[in-house]
Amino acid sequence: MATMDVYVVVEHVRGQIAEISYMLLAAGRQLTEKTGGSLAAVVLSSHSQEMAEGLGADRVLCCDHPSLVDFNPEIFQQILTGVIQARQPRLVLFGDTSTGADLAGSLSMRLGCPLISSCRKLTAQDGKVTFTSQICGGKIMVEGQVPEPVALVAMIPGEYKAEAGQSDTIPAVEWLPFPDVSGLRTGVMGYIEPEAGDVDISKEEIVVSVGRGIQNQDNMELAQDLADALGGVLAASRPIIDQGWLPTSRLVGKSGKKVRPKLYLALGISGAPEHVEAVGDSEVVIAVNTDPEAPIFSVARYGTTVDLLDLAPVLAEKIHLAKSS
Amino acid sequence: MKIAVPIKLVPDLVEELSIDAGGTSLDYAWMRLKLNELDDHAVEEGLLLKERYGGEVAVIALNDECIDEVLFTASAKGIDRLVKVSGDPPRDINNHSLMQLFVPVLQELQPDLVITGVQAHNDLDGPIGPLLAEGLGYSYVGYVSGIAVEDGSVTVKKEFPGGLIAEMCVKLPAVLGIQAAEHPPRYIAYSKIRQAMKTALIEDCPAAAIQPTPGAVIERMFQPTAGATAEMIEGSPEIVADQLVKLFKELGIF
Repeated sequence: MATMDVYVVVEHVRGQIAEISYMLLAAGRQLTEKTGGSLAAVVLSSHSQEMAEGLGADRVLCCDHPSLVDFNPEIFQQILTGVIQARQPRLVLFGDTSTGADLAGSLSMRLGCPLISSCRKLTAQDGKVTFTSQICGGKIMVEGQVPEPVALVAMIPGEYKAEAGQSDTIPAVEWLPFPDVSGLRTGVMGYIEPEAGDVDISKEEIVVSVGRGIQNQDNMELAQDLADALGGVLAASRPIIDQGWLPTSRLVGKSGKKVRPKLYLALGISGAPEHVEAVGDSEVVIAVNTDPEAPIFSVARYGTTVDLLDLAPVLAEKIHLAKSS
Repeated sequence: MKIAVPIKLVPDLVEELSIDAGGTSLDYAWMRLKLNELDDHAVEEGLLLKERYGGEVAVIALNDECIDEVLFTASAKGIDRLVKVSGDPPRDINNHSLMQLFVPVLQELQPDLVITGVQAHNDLDGPIGPLLAEGLGYSYVGYVSGIAVEDGSVTVKKEFPGGLIAEMCVKLPAVLGIQAAEHPPRYIAYSKIRQAMKTALIEDCPAAAIQPTPGAVIERMFQPTAGATAEMIEGSPEIVADQLVKLFKELGIF
């Protein structure tokens, strides 16, 4: 029989717990406070007990084995399938990340459980759990009931603070057996470090960032001139990096770097959730986008719908003038 | 090596999106659909693998009024087989249902490698890749941005947050979710697409019956209030630039 318990699958890469895991615990805590269920973190690692410290959960289900030092989807799926089948939690929360998305989809099929992805918020009332997901690049919100009895939810950042998922008390630990994993078809061979690049955009005070609105590579010069005028660095969202117009070290977003500058000037960036999650700690975001419905205006403090190709050269010139006077 | 690339169409976000009268779905009546951007990367990766290692690449898609041009474009780029699942599937079909239509076609094709976009912007029940892998009994790795083929396996570059990349070995057959092709999707002149329209063959494949899946019940779909936090600066580029310079000074930028 299903419980009202919420399980959070803790994500880690090379011994470091990902920030999203704490956000998931914060979401789980809000739910269990309403439903009366218990909040459990599931840690599958080679050092799971050490990782359990600091997790804001009622208890931690730990599985410890040298094979769990890296994320191997096959092993993780096998352990989680057994845990969820046996214990029937109401919800299992994953980060909608390169780890969580791989896992949640497979488990949804194996367990016959519904999966809700791109979920930003979960609420509980009268025993029902409601989700709010953000799709279509942040342009559409979807609300609905999370089906019973057991459901998997892949969450994106934005609603919950990581601090609310941390704790000074050491939660109770329950050990999970490590299954027979002979005949594995996947394995981690090693890691490639991120490109160092000429600058570390995560440490810069002024970041001028370009998106698809820049239209073509020739126009990148306009953005570079503006960044130079401001004394900042040029960065970009994923489509620009994929085109090869800037190196990977300049990528702002889910698979790139998080930035926390004094000024983040977003030029022609729509504001998809994958990008927005990496700029939330900026002191001031100013967005330039011709689409007045662009989601970036919901995270910016100031915005304009003037065409960036018209604005950038004029603005660079006026900055030079202001600085020289 | 046989490679299959299942693709799907998604709303074009450049167009204005609207909600239907029921308030629980997008209004697809006049909506322009386009190839999911990451599926375009998957098609490109399939072509790159074929050029590097040889073999055959098939693209599989559901029937839609826009799909033939997408398939002919793939053919013009060098895709060998175009497979269209016939019928009249709903344009807002979820991935658990889409998987049920793709799996029988893939079982027939028997590919060594299935590559697909790691996500689509309208996925509400997770990405299609892991669902296909489970349906086929293949391994799955997502967020892949590089593939090298070796005897009976592939070495892939899997992206993690912060730019870290894991090198993973995956035995074939496998499904891979592509985050980015090694090169941007190639441009193809419309004249070549027109030529493909005359010469390429689209294989029709009957749609399998879809069994209901335990999905979320959508109660409301809505557009967030745009500019909810932004103070908008109006006017010509000159006026906006003056305002921004003033703002930069107030913020102590210079």
